[in-house]
Amino acid sequence: MIEVEDVHFFYSNQVEALKGVSLTIKNGEFLAIMGQNGAGKTTLIKHFNGLLKPSQGKVRIDGVDTRKTSIATLARNVGFVFQNPDHQLFCETVEEEISFALKNFGFEAGAIEKRTDWALNLLGLTQYRKTSPFLLSGGERKRVALASVLAWDPEALILDEPTIGQDYRQKEKLRQFIVQMQSQGKTVVIVTHDVEFVAECNPRVLLMKEGRIIADGEGKDILTDPEALANSSIVLPQVAQIFTYLSSLGFPKNIIDVYEAKAIILKALEEGRE
Amino acid sequence: MAVIETKDLSYTYPGASRPSISGVSITVEKGEFVLITGPSGCGKTTLCRCFNGLIPHFYQGELQGEITVANMDVTKHQTHEMAKHVGLVFQNPENQLFALSIEKDVAFGLENLGLGREEMRKRVDWALNLTDIYNLRERSPHEVSGGQQQRVAIASVLAMQPEIIVLDEPTSFLDPISAEKIFDVIYELNKRLGVTVVLVEHRLDLTAKYAGHIVIMDEGKVCFDGDPRKILGAEETRLIGVGIPKATLLYQLLKKEGVNLSSITPLSSRELAEYLEGVLQTHDRS
Repeated sequence: MIEVEDVHFFYSNQVEALKGVSLTIKNGEFLAIMGQNGAGKTTLIKHFNGLLKPSQGKVRIDGVDTRKTSIATLARNVGFVFQNPDHQLFCETVEEEISFALKNFGFEAGAIEKRTDWALNLLGLTQYRKTSPFLLSGGERKRVALASVLAWDPEALILDEPTIGQDYRQKEKLRQFIVQMQSQGKTVVIVTHDVEFVAECNPRVLLMKEGRIIADGEGKDILTDPEALANSSIVLPQVAQIFTYLSSLGFPKNIIDVYEAKAIILKALEEGRE
Repeated sequence: MAVIETKDLSYTYPGASRPSISGVSITVEKGEFVLITGPSGCGKTTLCRCFNGLIPHFYQGELQGEITVANMDVTKHQTHEMAKHVGLVFQNPENQLFALSIEKDVAFGLENLGLGREEMRKRVDWALNLTDIYNLRERSPHEVSGGQQQRVAIASVLAMQPEIIVLDEPTSFLDPISAEKIFDVIYELNKRLGVTVVLVEHRLDLTAKYAGHIVIMDEGKVCFDGDPRKILGAEETRLIGVGIPKATLLYQLLKKEGVNLSSITPLSSRELAEYLEGVLQTHDRS
């Protein structure tokens, strides 16, 4: 469980990036944090594994105050994947990259091999095992960074912009993987601008603006609230846009799923015919 | 008139065991807005690097086939010559920024063009304003956010006013409304000044509506090339992993159920909403 209590954070240049943020993320929850560039999203999630410590207020991970423990201890339980994979990759081959943290955490050789194979396979990287991460495409490097964190199987996973450079198939795999993590009681937090990905996952959604949380609720409700979205520089998902255009025809408003949209429209046509 | 033409173009990076692109033959006409998309790792970025000569001059490796950009054989002209005609915005802005201030970064390319001071000042301010970073001009490009760095990279290329702008996922770090504003600016330049635009993107929900021509790649090859409405409307496109706009998908699903919608595939939610209004209101009256 991640508990954030009235957190303020100042960078060294006196910029107040977080202005009193409070929230609780329960184990097994899937949360998407969205909002304008510079809203404080990345600053907030860096508090979840102790990379940043609050200037004021408290962050507790499973009851432990992040100011009273080390990043190394927290990292074992909270895996973090950065926005830009190049900030995270440094080994000569994809395989070494993935096994690096496992070695650091003291896994046995057999386990390291098994977990590395598993992560390579999960993210469709097996063919690149011996390749340098820097020869791979942007989207592939992003998956290497993700694989290197998944390999040690942390209890909570924090992903900063996981869908950048990923095609539709990769996104679908990521979605299924997150669902699987949730079913194992694991927590997943993503920061993303990818409103269509969020619409497909329908997680709990948090909107941020200028260092504060301005909305918190079910994806379906938040992603169909034009005012809240405009305030955080997000466009409505396409399905919601369609229903906004059709609002005079008396359709429900909180629709983000394509298949649900299809059913509603077919029903309306059916009723019109009668 | 073609401004980019490749014939049977193949390229293998040094030390790689297989080609990253193979047998690519495409033609981009002057003033077109072309969208290149396809699964992750399909060769989109590699193809873009050929357009301004980074391939083969910087990356080396093995290039086969023909490539002509702005009437120049890319293999015979160095990147600095190509750069006057083709501006490339990289996927990762950090790879592109190096000056001490944002303003200097944007001015750098212009200094190399040998422009006068006044003209340079004018163009830098113009580009900074278009990308909405004028107030950041004295900051270091390395202390601003990823999204702002992307704006700087775009401004640097716009300031050069090249005939062809190639953008490789240029707004991936930007929030959707900021991304849309940038795409609108680029679309305006395309429409008003006739700048040829080649845009690499996965997020077709945001970008399909701008494109007059789409190229879809898979495993280093071109598999579809033509009118976006025809190509994004085809079932096969979805099967190779292209995330077609949700409005297009919903249109396909409804057509399959026999709903009587226009045969022209919609690329935006507004277009589909108009179709739907039509059929729903007809029903109301009947």
